[in-house]
Amino acid sequence: MRTLLTIVVFTTGLLGQNQGAASAPAGNAQNGRKLFENDGCYQCHGREAQGGLGTGPRLGPKPIPFAAVQKYIRQPTGQMPPYTAKVVSDKDLADIYAFLQSVPAPPPAKSIPLLNN
Amino acid sequence: MAKSKNLSVGRRGFLKGAAGGAAALVASAANPAAAQQPDSAGAGAARSASAAVTAPEKDPSSNVEVLTADRPGSDFMVDVIKALGFEYIFANPGSSFRALQESVVNYGGNKKPEFITCCHEESSVGMAHGYAKIEGKPICVFAHGTVGLQHASMAIYNAYCDRAPVFIVIGNTLDAATRRPGVEWAHSVQDGGALVRDFTKWDDTPMSLQHFAESAVRAYKIATTPPTMPVLLVADGDLQEGPMRPDERPHIPKMTWAAPPQGDSGAVAETARLLVNAETPVIIADRCARTTAGLKSLIELAELLQAPVINQFGRMNFPSRHPLSQNERGRALIADADLIFGLEVWDFWGTVNNFRDQLNRTSRPITKAGAKMIAISATDLNTRSNYQDFQRFPDLDISMAADSEATLPALTEACKRLITADLRRKYEERGKKLAEARLAAEDRMRTEASYAWDASPISTARVAAEIWAQVKGKDWSLVSNNAWAQRLWSFDKHYQHIGGAGGAGVGYNAPAAVGAAIANKKYGRLSVNIQPDGDMMYAPGVLWTAAHHSVPLLTVMHNNRAYHQEVMHLQRMANRHQRGITTAEIGTTLKNPNIDYAMLARSMGVHGEGPIADPKDLGPAIARAIEAVGRGEPALVDVVTQPR
Repeated sequence: MRTLLTIVVFTTGLLGQNQGAASAPAGNAQNGRKLFENDGCYQCHGREAQGGLGTGPRLGPKPIPFAAVQKYIRQPTGQMPPYTAKVVSDKDLADIYAFLQSVPAPPPAKSIPLLNN
Repeated sequence: MAKSKNLSVGRRGFLKGAAGGAAALVASAANPAAAQQPDSAGAGAARSASAAVTAPEKDPSSNVEVLTADRPGSDFMVDVIKALGFEYIFANPGSSFRALQESVVNYGGNKKPEFITCCHEESSVGMAHGYAKIEGKPICVFAHGTVGLQHASMAIYNAYCDRAPVFIVIGNTLDAATRRPGVEWAHSVQDGGALVRDFTKWDDTPMSLQHFAESAVRAYKIATTPPTMPVLLVADGDLQEGPMRPDERPHIPKMTWAAPPQGDSGAVAETARLLVNAETPVIIADRCARTTAGLKSLIELAELLQAPVINQFGRMNFPSRHPLSQNERGRALIADADLIFGLEVWDFWGTVNNFRDQLNRTSRPITKAGAKMIAISATDLNTRSNYQDFQRFPDLDISMAADSEATLPALTEACKRLITADLRRKYEERGKKLAEARLAAEDRMRTEASYAWDASPISTARVAAEIWAQVKGKDWSLVSNNAWAQRLWSFDKHYQHIGGAGGAGVGYNAPAAVGAAIANKKYGRLSVNIQPDGDMMYAPGVLWTAAHHSVPLLTVMHNNRAYHQEVMHLQRMANRHQRGITTAEIGTTLKNPNIDYAMLARSMGVHGEGPIADPKDLGPAIARAIEAVGRGEPALVDVVTQPR
């Protein structure tokens, strides 16, 4: 019953305007998608990085800057479990980030009849 | 347990009174109310359970063994059950209540109550739990003593935590001298209620039919007085099966619902003073509205104060599209509040604090300094020691040990007496801002729902939206907990949401949905269940029960092929230990083979659709399923979904 409250906790401050995309290291989006699944990111953030209710915020499209992602997953200040460099290398992280950048934007909500009932 | 020497009855006396007894029996079956009339001859001469077995087995003069009983004690027990108004008995059959079952079916005519065949005692109680939240009153469950009650225990705990009334009768043979050798010994117990006493509100082991009648009415009253909870009676096997004396007329006491406990008048007045003068009050409702009246009362208070309401959905407390419904902005409002008013909030502390589940568990308040906190909770009237569902202790300024729904009208009147014209103008301004903020938050929520809209597996937002599009024009009732439905659907009737399990014991949802659908059936409502897959596998037999008893219920599977909460917990541990972060699905998923829930449904006589993984196929499948439900049968749509 606390779901709706916790949603807001996790969705605060983790979505950006892609300001840091240019400074992100090159990554392989295809491999990043696999890592996103295998490393368990999808569990809280959804298989398309769309976010999960009460579990984790949306991560893409337009992820926050790479440096912020890297800092957060190594030393999360919220509920997220830490992903240290021992289990996710910087290279793997770059691939995951490339996947997040590749997520397509959805159609506008107002253009989806089912969301306007 | 001493035997009553005075109550044994001779063979001749028994035969002499048999005809009269049978006549009375028919009369009481046809008119249960008549059975409630006190009988001076019989009321004080009740037969004890042990005495029942002293009824003669042979006529000394003829040596003919008496093998039949025209008026077993179980018939009277059914009179009691009928007098309490139970529509149904939810039960998996068990020999320890075989006489009771036979009496329900033959003596009672299998009508009010009708015997509903369940495939597991946990399902019986889970169904009763769901039924109670629709009807606002308990249904009766029969269970085998010992083994049946052990099966039922988890569901009883859920109902206890969820403050839901359930009336449970278990069979047991207390007298060791009369037990059948073998199994009946394994199925007998000294103290039938002990197993679940920590999480039932009351139990008793009646030793006479008079005792049974009084304890049954007492149990019903206790179960339905807030905090409402499960109760249990032990129906002794000898008492059930032994014949009543011809002159035996136990009295069934009149059942009078207890007026629910209302908050202390001084505390109500002080709460009103604080509420009307608060600048940024927030009302948080969890299990507040027990009935439609509770929903209306909360609307009246919120509108009077133009105060935001956060519905934690333990019950259907507040219309989801009301301008003051501020679920999307919950945390921000709590952080800004100068007064937080909780109504039957299960976890008040957790609502106003942030807790981090890291290696070092830490917490901090999310409220601003000096914010006043007030709670009304009936749980304060019945807190137990062993099971820790009472949560961490919150810092409260006013705490009323009372029923919120019963207290709201007096509180609203107290507020009205204090509100000035200036205050009213201030409230109007507050209300306008809240309404605007709500619309903006709703826009953000719809945008959030649009992400992964066309994904496969199908997004949980899409599932909720597809269902809503097809049920919104009908008289519907959501008989499960679903976060996206809570955000996207328009809830405005009390029966449209029944909350969750209570104890978070998996295996609640599927049975509760069937029980709630049984309650909804007579009103012609479309019951909708968004069903987690892991939960379904605890009790798939409820599908058969729904088909067998023609229960109109639409089930849409939220099939993420996992016990997903546990996937995340295992991932957290692997990350914390910096190893094996790719193995969180071992032991936590339901894959390889994938479960075909549509086939499972069809195997039990339920209309089955799916599995559906392409969102384009979902709408037509739901439409076909609703058509089947419209014919009065259950239907299931298996949807392969995103995790959450």
